[in-house]
Amino acid sequence: MADISIRDVRKAYGKDEVVHGVSLDIRNGEFVVILGPSGCGKSTLLRMIAGLEAITSGEIAIAGKVVNELEPRHRGCAMVFQNYALYPHMSVADNIGYALKVAGMNKADRLEKVTRVAGSVGLGEFLDRKPGQLSGGQRQRVAMARAIIREPKVFLFDEPLSNLDAKLRTQMRHEIRRIHNRIKATSVFVTHDQHEGMTLADRMVIMNKGTIEQVGTPEDVYLHPASTYVAGFIGSPAMNFLSGRITEAQRAVLIDGGARLAITPEAARGHDGLRVQVGLRPEQIGLAQPGQPGMTAAFDFAEELGSARLYHFLHDGQPVTVHSDQKVDFTVGQDVTLAIPEASVHLFDATTTRSLTADTALQARAAARLHVA
Amino acid sequence: MIERTPVLNVLTHVILLSGLVLLMGPLWIAFVAATHDMRTVNSPPVELWPGPYLFDNIREAWAISDFGRKFLNTFYVSVGVVAGKIVIACITAFSIVFFNYRGRMVVFWLVFITLMLPLEVRIVPTYAVAANALQPFQFIADWTGISWLWAQITGGALSMEWNLLNSYTGLILPLVATATGTFLYRQFFMTIPDELVEAARMDGAGPVRFLIDVLIPLSRTNMAALATIMFVYSWNQYLWPILIITDRANYGMVAVELRTLIPNQLTTGGGAPTWHLAMAATLLIMIPPILVVIFMQRWFVRGLINTDK
Ligand SMILES: Nc1ncnc2c1ncn2[C@@H]1O[C@H](COP(=O)(O)OP(=O)(O)O)[C@@H](O)[C@H]1O
Ligand SMILES: [Mg+2]
Repeated sequence: MADISIRDVRKAYGKDEVVHGVSLDIRNGEFVVILGPSGCGKSTLLRMIAGLEAITSGEIAIAGKVVNELEPRHRGCAMVFQNYALYPHMSVADNIGYALKVAGMNKADRLEKVTRVAGSVGLGEFLDRKPGQLSGGQRQRVAMARAIIREPKVFLFDEPLSNLDAKLRTQMRHEIRRIHNRIKATSVFVTHDQHEGMTLADRMVIMNKGTIEQVGTPEDVYLHPASTYVAGFIGSPAMNFLSGRITEAQRAVLIDGGARLAITPEAARGHDGLRVQVGLRPEQIGLAQPGQPGMTAAFDFAEELGSARLYHFLHDGQPVTVHSDQKVDFTVGQDVTLAIPEASVHLFDATTTRSLTADTALQARAAARLHVA
Repeated sequence: MIERTPVLNVLTHVILLSGLVLLMGPLWIAFVAATHDMRTVNSPPVELWPGPYLFDNIREAWAISDFGRKFLNTFYVSVGVVAGKIVIACITAFSIVFFNYRGRMVVFWLVFITLMLPLEVRIVPTYAVAANALQPFQFIADWTGISWLWAQITGGALSMEWNLLNSYTGLILPLVATATGTFLYRQFFMTIPDELVEAARMDGAGPVRFLIDVLIPLSRTNMAALATIMFVYSWNQYLWPILIITDRANYGMVAVELRTLIPNQLTTGGGAPTWHLAMAATLLIMIPPILVVIFMQRWFVRGLINTDK
């Protein structure tokens, strides 16, 4: 059991810096997901924690002990790799037990432990098989068992599910969460799949081009994205963005193209005349009832999802998507009024791309959580 | 593009068959010659069908050349060369592929250059070294003044000597370095995914453990391929043994011994041309490499064409 503390860590390959000063505290027993697009430095960060990659500058401590100079085997971390990285010539049992063999455990103890751990991930009857004779999901389980058996302080996962088909991925995701609940080891899980991240994480770390954009619970990150980057990355379908300008006197934002959206007084205060990006989640806006105020937009096309529909509109040429369980058939080009509650309007400074409101809202949420606890 | 027409079919088979005849013809003639007595072999026309004396000829050739001893010698040397080549090739490739050090490319190119310097090309300097394997060190000591210092301190001259002539060591060592084998291993090691290396590191295995537990078992087919090629190569060694072995009775190798059975002015001195014995010995000497190839064939082919991960 261990917490991980990352202090201003940088990584450069030659002159190329790919991780630019990341600081992060991971609490003991926490399940943290590092989420970001491919190439943003997630794996590099994870591999620095594991000790597979040298740290260019900064400091990483595990359980209070700085590990910068420690070999991977002395850090107490186990890792599950994307391509499983099983030893092709060893049986499942030998794969799972290899770390124990290296550590010098005798054969009888090893066998007993391997049998127990393999049983716990449903591999009991495959112990004599070679990895080549297993399905993708079973190989993934072997990789998990190989990590579990070492009883590590820290579990590291580098996109372990991305080679599985959709159904198996969901199943393994549940299994990973279940194993975490049972073992409660600190876990760091890297993925580029927001859905995977949201569903697994206690806390999420959103990365972009080698820096951290936001750290928070999945709900925090969804409800109060700290920047347009996070707002656009989290949520499916993606958030709508419209440009506009705040007028403090009217407590509103004037969207380019004419619409006027009411906003909360806190959002408007002190921001008169500021150019903003207005973020609207497709599922937080709806089709207005007759007579209800809102923003008009021209209907473009709709996508049927079964339980709901995705409506695509254009407001002065800017696309707006609405996710609604109301089913209405519009004609192309028809003007439709969209209902936009003021709490659903996310405002981002157009130049810095940072949210105007997320910080205060998140502090309030944190305070409330502390209060409950 | 693969076409199938009757004409092409016939043509390809003609080519195949003529290849077979070209390849097997000389072997057949050698075999036939080994089954006749001296008179039949030496009188025209050339016999095309076997005669009754195969085992008599073999027995005689075996006795004349003391092949029992020579077969054993050649076997020791071949096994030594094969083992040495495999160990050296494996370790060199391991170092080149998995370690990141300054001299890595230098080592790689040094090995590469030796491809252009087979034993036949460097045979004179190699002989000089074999005559005294410590000669280069002696030279360095003389040149740097260590010899002089040694003489001052001990009062005696510093002379280092390790003679490899007329010894198994001398037959084996100069043949052990192998660029081909190193490259074969390097190619294989480069197909090992980084993740596997990292998984082993996470599991706590150091480099030596990784080599022994993972790389060597995975490279078994490679090893078989290399062993087969190199066994045949060293079994057929001729030039090097003829140069450094003067004590043929104790250290003779089969290929050299075979040469003495082939009749010419030197060996027969105008005596009888014993081609039937030479051919019988040829057949005998071919047997071990053929057996090795047959036994190793399965792995050998897989090691050359398949990365088999
Ligand atoms: N060994 C390396 N040498 C040079 N650049 C590297 C190396 N490994 C990764 N990079 C670069 O670092 C960046 C981050 O890579 P990575 O951490 O693997 O991204 P992610 O896992 O988020 O997809 C990428 O731009 C990649 O090209
Ligand atoms: Mg990655």
